[in-house]
Amino acid sequence: MYRYVTQRILLLILTLIGVVTITFVLGRVLPGSPVELMIGYRPNQEQIEAARKALGLDLPLYIQYLHFLGDAIRGDFGVSLHTKQPVITDIAIRSTATLELTVLAVIAVVLIGVPIGVISAVRSNTLVDHATRSISIAGVALPVFMVGILLQMLFYGDLGWLPLQGRIGSLVLLDHPFEIVTGFYLIDTVLAGSWTAFSSAASHIVLPATALTLSTLPLVTRTTRNMMMEVLQEDYVRTAIAYGLPVRHVHYRYALKATLIPLMTIVGLTFGVLLGGSVVVEFVFDWPGLGGYVVRSITRSDFPGTIGVTLFLATIYLSINLVVDLLYFVVDPRLSSP
Amino acid sequence: MSTIPGASWPQRVVRPSWTLKLRFFVSGHLLFVAGATVFGIILIMATLAPLIAPYDPVAIDFSVKLGAPGPDHWMGNDELGRDVFSRVLYGARTSLMVGLMVTVMAIALGLPIGLLAGYFGGRLDTVLMRLSDVFLAFPPLLLPIAITAAIGVGLVNAMIALAISWFPWYARIMRGAVMRVKSEPYVMAARAMGVGHGRVMLRHALPNCLTPVIVQGSLDFGYTILAAASLSFIGIGAQPPEIEWGLMAAASRTNFLEFWWTVTFPGLAIFITVLSINLVGDGIRDILDPRFQEFR
Repeated sequence: MYRYVTQRILLLILTLIGVVTITFVLGRVLPGSPVELMIGYRPNQEQIEAARKALGLDLPLYIQYLHFLGDAIRGDFGVSLHTKQPVITDIAIRSTATLELTVLAVIAVVLIGVPIGVISAVRSNTLVDHATRSISIAGVALPVFMVGILLQMLFYGDLGWLPLQGRIGSLVLLDHPFEIVTGFYLIDTVLAGSWTAFSSAASHIVLPATALTLSTLPLVTRTTRNMMMEVLQEDYVRTAIAYGLPVRHVHYRYALKATLIPLMTIVGLTFGVLLGGSVVVEFVFDWPGLGGYVVRSITRSDFPGTIGVTLFLATIYLSINLVVDLLYFVVDPRLSSP
Repeated sequence: MSTIPGASWPQRVVRPSWTLKLRFFVSGHLLFVAGATVFGIILIMATLAPLIAPYDPVAIDFSVKLGAPGPDHWMGNDELGRDVFSRVLYGARTSLMVGLMVTVMAIALGLPIGLLAGYFGGRLDTVLMRLSDVFLAFPPLLLPIAITAAIGVGLVNAMIALAISWFPWYARIMRGAVMRVKSEPYVMAARAMGVGHGRVMLRHALPNCLTPVIVQGSLDFGYTILAAASLSFIGIGAQPPEIEWGLMAAASRTNFLEFWWTVTFPGLAIFITVLSINLVGDGIRDILDPRFQEFR
C-alpha cells in the first residue's frame, strides 16, 4: 500500500512537471511573444531589449525553463497585465468563488445523479429507465451556456424568482457586511449570523450551480447505471436473490457497495469537467471566479493570468484525483492487506 | 451425394427482399435511423445554404433590427437586423466543418503515437503514453482555452487547440487495439516472412485497428462541436464576421431576455445537430462494436 501511495505521489509530481512544461512551451515557443504583449505595439529596439531582460528572455532556453519551473513551484506566476497584481493574489481572491460553485455542483451531481442511475439500473427497461436515458441522451447535446441562458430566461426573465447574475446583491453587501473567513459566502454569511446576506448569496448561487449540475448530470447518471447493471449480473447478486434475501437489501447493500470504487473515479473526473465548465458558466452568470478571470485575461492578451489559472486548476484537478485514488483504501479494506 | 428417388424438392429459396431487410434494420436501430435522417437533412441544408437561405447572412438592415419572428423572417432578426434563419443555416456549415476538422486532426495526431507505442511497446511505449497523459491532466476545456490564449484567438486556432487537447484519447485507443492485434497469427506470419516493421504496422496492424477509432471519432464529433461553440461563446473561438452558433448566442447576451429568438434558435440548432450526431455515433458503436453495447 505504501509503495502504491509513494508511486502515485511521484507520478503526480512528474505529471505536474509535465503540465508546467506544456504551459512553458505554450508561452515561449509559440507565436505571440510575451514581449509584444507586455509593451504594446511598435516598441523601439531599447524597449524590446529591456523587456526581454526583465522577462529573462535573453537567457538560454533551458535556464528560462528552470526559472519558470522554480517560479511555478513557489506559486509565482508573475504579474497580471490587466489587474497589475501578482497572479497568485488574484487567484487567491477568486478561487474560493469557483470552488464554492464547483463543490456545490459536485455534491448536487452525486446526490441526484447516483440515485437516478441506480434506480434506472434496478428498474431497467421500465418507464423510469427509458425516461432517464432519453433525458440523458438529450442532456449531453445541450451546451453548458445554453443551459445557463435557458435558466436565466425562465427563473429571472419569466418568473422573476432568482437574480440574473453576480454572487451577492451589491446593496446587501453594503448593508450587511460580513467577514470573509472561508471565502465561501454560504458559510461566511452563516458565521456572521446575517440571514439577509445568506439568502442573497444563496439565491445568487442557485442558477449557476444548477447549470453546472445539469451539464454533468447525464454523464454521472449514465455511468452509474452502466456500472450498476454490470454488478447486477454478477453471480453473487443472483445467488443472494436465489437464497431469498430481500431484493431491496441485495440491491442497495451488496450491489451498490461494489460500484463505489468506479463511482469515486467518476466523481473525480466529474470535478474536472465541472472546473472546465465553470469557465463558461461563470461567464454566463458574471460569477467573480477564476473562469471569468481567465476569459478576461485571454481577451486582453494577459498571458501570466491565463497560465497561472491553468496551472492552478490543473493542480487542483490532479490533487483531487490523487485523493480519490487514495480513498480506495478507505472504501475497500482488501486493498490495504498485502 | 445420394438423392432420394421420386422426391422433388422445392427449388425456390426464400430470400428476404431488400425492403424487408431495411425494415428489419430500421426496427433494430430506430434511434440510429432517426439520428441519421435528421443529420442528413442538416447536412443537405448546410451544403445548400446559399440556395436555401432567404437573405444574405451578413446583410445588415437596421429597419428590421431585433425584429420578431414573422412571415418574412421565420426566426426573426438579430441586433444588426440580420436574418437569424439564414445565419443559423450558414452556422451549420461552420459547426460541421469544425467538428470534422477537429476530429480528423485529433486522430491524425493520436493515431501514429498509439500505433508506435502499441506496436513497439517497452520504453518507447512508456515515454509516448506518459507524455500524452500529461495532456489529460488538465481539466477538459481548460487546455484548449490555454492553448488558444497562447496561439491567439480565432476559429482555426480554437480548432487546433481542441485537437491538441483531444488527441491522447485516440493514442490510448489505438495503442490498446494495436496491442491486441500484435499477437494475432497473421501479424506474426507477416513478420516471419520477413515483412518489415513499417509495412506490418501500416498494412497489417493499422487496418485491423481502425474500428474502435472510428467508433470513438463518431462519438466525439458532437462533443467537439459543443466545445467549439463554447469557446466561441466565451469569445476566443470564431470572431465576428464569421457565422457560428456559439458566437450568435454570445452576441445576444445583452438582449436575450426581451428578444428570445436571437439566442434560442442558434441554441436549438446546436442541440438538434449534436443530438442527431450522438444518436448516429451510438448507432455506429452498436453496429461496429457490439461489445460496448449499453446494457438493455
